[in-house]
Amino acid sequence: MFDYHALAPELILGVTLLAVLAVDLVLPDRLKYLAGVTALVGMVAAVFPLLTMAFCDSIAGCVDGGTRSMFGGSYVVDDFALVLKALFLVSGVVSLLLSVGYLESDDYYQGEFYFLILASVTGAVVMASARDLITIFIGLELVSAPAFLLAGWRKGDLRGNEASLKFFLTGVLATAVMLFGMSLVYGLTGEITFAGIASQSAALDLGPEPAFVMGVVFVLIGFAFKVSAVPFHFWAPDTYQGAPIPVAAYLSVGSKAAGFVGLLVICYQAFAAVPEVWGPILWILAAASMTVGNLGALKQTNIVRLLGYSSIAHGGFILVPFAMAASYDSVGLSDAFFGSITYLLIYAFMNLGAFAVVIVGAAKAKSGEIADWAGMARYAPATAGLLAMFFFALAGIPPLAGWFAKFVMFRSVIGVFESGWAIAIAVIAAVNAVIALYYYARIVKSVYMDDVPIAVPQAEAAAIRTAPSLVLAIAITAAVVVVVGFFPQVLAFFGEAARGF
Amino acid sequence: MIVNQFLVLAALLFSIGIYGVLVRRNAVLVLLSIELMLTAVNINLVAFGQYLQDALVSGQVFALFVITVAAAEVGIGLAIVILIFRNRSSANVDELDLLKW
Repeated sequence: MFDYHALAPELILGVTLLAVLAVDLVLPDRLKYLAGVTALVGMVAAVFPLLTMAFCDSIAGCVDGGTRSMFGGSYVVDDFALVLKALFLVSGVVSLLLSVGYLESDDYYQGEFYFLILASVTGAVVMASARDLITIFIGLELVSAPAFLLAGWRKGDLRGNEASLKFFLTGVLATAVMLFGMSLVYGLTGEITFAGIASQSAALDLGPEPAFVMGVVFVLIGFAFKVSAVPFHFWAPDTYQGAPIPVAAYLSVGSKAAGFVGLLVICYQAFAAVPEVWGPILWILAAASMTVGNLGALKQTNIVRLLGYSSIAHGGFILVPFAMAASYDSVGLSDAFFGSITYLLIYAFMNLGAFAVVIVGAAKAKSGEIADWAGMARYAPATAGLLAMFFFALAGIPPLAGWFAKFVMFRSVIGVFESGWAIAIAVIAAVNAVIALYYYARIVKSVYMDDVPIAVPQAEAAAIRTAPSLVLAIAITAAVVVVVGFFPQVLAFFGEAARGF
Repeated sequence: MIVNQFLVLAALLFSIGIYGVLVRRNAVLVLLSIELMLTAVNINLVAFGQYLQDALVSGQVFALFVITVAAAEVGIGLAIVILIFRNRSSANVDELDLLKW
């Protein structure tokens, strides 16, 4: 019998997609937010089958299939996939909460917005389980294509147009390069499932074959574009700045995490036999992303753009454990998965929270320029306090969650691998952690210590009320950031699940 | 069956596509250059699929997916280009320089 339980999250999301379109069609303009509520309910509902699958043992009548493999191994639901699907759904829920209040202040097509963001989350959920070239390609396109449109949401805004076109052209170019690589990999191995590619490339000893190396490199370049790893990062800060802030929040967390998942799965499953090809590439990507991202962030004057560069740098940190794992045994590999996935989970909450506070602050100061945010603590103490909290969390200051992410990242490199290259990348990461603290602390200092610019009407700004959905989003992310900081074992439990990959 | 001539053709098309993306200034022509690259992918996939005598015809199926997704993407791309043309009366990618550094 077909395992509908394993496919339930995707089915629920698919039905919700149609429901959002239908609800949007029949509602009058002032009730359009109900389309957002429908999307929200769908995403929350899709979490339940994940929970029943994860805790199948303790539920009466649940058939525990362990790792659920479908469609001839093309679609696999294991613990790793469950954790990541939950991450994508939660980041989708938070992004929707951010956008509900934000969109109502504009007069735009709300229903379509919710539909597109839900479609993108569905793509990410599919990617977590994809174990063949076609499925992962469709999943990646389903993540990206709605995101191109979301980035250009403000149709009359020239910056929004530019953000959208830059994102689209680089995204499609990356897809074309990746597909060319996939076609070469298929041609040389004759397989499209990851397991088949791995066994064939080992059996035929394709490691030294130039065409196969080219295919692997092209596939990596495609994914590097999606996760905005240096030197394929140029679109990211531009797109984040031009897009509506909730979309930038989603792109920097949901869509980026989907890219990472694709990259890691394809490296460790499909190309498991040729780690000598992609291992050094990941090392360079990690080192370059950290350094260029942080140095770029130093001189930014726009806060969203700064978060764009900081997310590039965090992408580098996420890749650090993998940069060395290629040349190591299965113990090191499981530690690397633990380090990267834990970092990814914590980063998602910190960054969504930071973007949520930026939305509040930008509404109060009527500007995204850091200079206009000076002295915000005088007229909006709560916003300033939360800003300080999320930025220090991103910088990795205990007791906020960021320290644990950095800790597991360093531990999985230094503790496991004994080579010069491991020490080198750990030193690069440590230097970058210090650089990052400088630009995060600079903003917090400005918000607390500098004088308020004359142009900012303080009394008016203090009176601006924050939408309840935004407050809820901030509450969720702040709670996670604080609780995980004090009790890291809560999240480490989810990271452990990824070890079984 | 010899597969080489198809691979050479695909590699040439792919290179012409990359050249077009880097050199062309009109957004529509950049888009068409990317389509050339995707066509190269399809030639590769179908040629390999035929050459390997794959029982599941994975290559040809993959090519069908690529064609479908490419069509959808061109739809999105042209929508964005039309939007930009309406707002700035130009589709020249060099003039998009509001956001930098």
